[in-house]
Amino acid sequence: MTIQDTGVTEFPVRKPDVPFPPPQYADFRDRDGLVRSVLPTGCPVWLVTRHEDVRMVLTDRRISSNPSLPGFPNVAVTGGVPRQDQIPGWFVGLDPPEHDRFRKALIPEFSVRRVREWQPTIQSIVDAQIDAMLAKGDSAELVAELALPVPSLVISTILGVPPIDRDFFESRTKTLVSVQTTTEGERDVAVRELLRYLERLIALKQKRPGDDLVSRLLANGNLEPRELTGVVMLLLIAGHETTANNIALGVVTLLGNPRWIGDSRAVDELLRYHSVADLVALRVAVEDVEVGGQLIKAGEGIMPLIAGANRDDRNFGCPEDFDPGRTTRNHVAFGYGVHQCLGQNLVRAEMEIVYRTLFERVPTLALDTTPDLLRFKHDGTLFGLHTLPVRW
Amino acid sequence: MRIDVNDGRCVGAGQCVLNAPGLFDQDDEGMVKVLDQHPAGPDVAAVLQAVDMCPSGAINVTGF
Ligand code: HEM
Ligand code: SF4
Repeated sequence: MTIQDTGVTEFPVRKPDVPFPPPQYADFRDRDGLVRSVLPTGCPVWLVTRHEDVRMVLTDRRISSNPSLPGFPNVAVTGGVPRQDQIPGWFVGLDPPEHDRFRKALIPEFSVRRVREWQPTIQSIVDAQIDAMLAKGDSAELVAELALPVPSLVISTILGVPPIDRDFFESRTKTLVSVQTTTEGERDVAVRELLRYLERLIALKQKRPGDDLVSRLLANGNLEPRELTGVVMLLLIAGHETTANNIALGVVTLLGNPRWIGDSRAVDELLRYHSVADLVALRVAVEDVEVGGQLIKAGEGIMPLIAGANRDDRNFGCPEDFDPGRTTRNHVAFGYGVHQCLGQNLVRAEMEIVYRTLFERVPTLALDTTPDLLRFKHDGTLFGLHTLPVRW
Repeated sequence: MRIDVNDGRCVGAGQCVLNAPGLFDQDDEGMVKVLDQHPAGPDVAAVLQAVDMCPSGAINVTGF
């Protein structure tokens, strides 16, 4: 793997026959300093895989989230999705203090208490999806019929998308995340349609405010309407495929570990264990900074690998085991620092309700394929399943 | 043990509320609110867990 004369390690590309997280991460954690690597896009980066180092990178003020700075890691050609730094309001790419204004405006919408108020809504969305699944027969494709629609319908309800538009909304957001079945052109069209729809939605809420997130953000006036389009788009994209992948992978893991079905501790352990957002938190140094004994120079790209940190045996006992009973819960599946996932409490509620309802209502649920034939997302930025055939 | 929070740093992730529900809450703005500033006994472990998990370093504890 190591290209001896340069000391640069090939980036561990996901392949169908290699398990996820890549086994090389264990070797990376044991090396002195950090691992120098080059992404498939040609971008040089430092790979960070130890739990302690990942948490440091995600909290150090000398390290930036701004994708328009030179040296920022470019993981994939993001066909169709607009370049993030070009959308006003895309606050995941802003550093403090600019970031604070957006985060503060949104915190009350996703607090533990607010999410508790959304539980009955989430429950009825999940019930309706399962009703439809059961009405159709004795088998289903769980990614398309449950995992993708639930987060989309939940967030569109929270945002204040009128009920008659939610199917439109769901179908366009599905096009955005279905890498395999969608062409670049189709994605472009879907992005443009969604942005246009969101602009109309915001204009509508300006005229006729309701009791919803978009209306409240407009009313408190801290964000400009044109920033709001980017904020809403971020809420949609950040929470759709991430949640869907976790829901689907979690069903497979719980079917393989049935004694944990119904235990609420399973949710956070599933998040740690699958670490679907391994490649999501990208950074660049704006000053020289030492991480894990390694000097990173200003302008060099950094990839804190979430799955690396979440399987670090310096922090977790037997990290390769799926064990919801573990007492060490400081996983970084949602990142760490000021950008730690805004939607995390919503995700926990969605996953908890989906699993409880699904296994209660469909107690004979089983895979409708053999585990080795499951189609994992080795080709996307996020880890997950393309499809999940089940029967009952 | 004494808890002090810096709500200027709080990013509202709610880790404190999840780890020590009787001791922390989030106010209407979603910012951390301390319910019991001087916890003792088994609560101390829950607070230390919350300090470790708080992503923004907003919780300070002294005297334990
Ligand atoms: C299981 C599902 C999810 C996972 C694994 C996940 C993971 C993450 C991670 C790792 C980050 C940090 C990115 C960074 O540091 O650069 C993040 C940020 C974010 N997530 Fe999530 N996320 C999930 C679901 C959601 C949902 C449902 C929402 C919807 C509200 C959401 C909204 C956001 C936003 C807005 C940010 C940026 C926060 C900021 O910059 O302050 N996420 N997420
Ligand atoms: S865990 Fe930290 S950042 Fe999150 S709400 Fe509590 S004090 Fe604020």
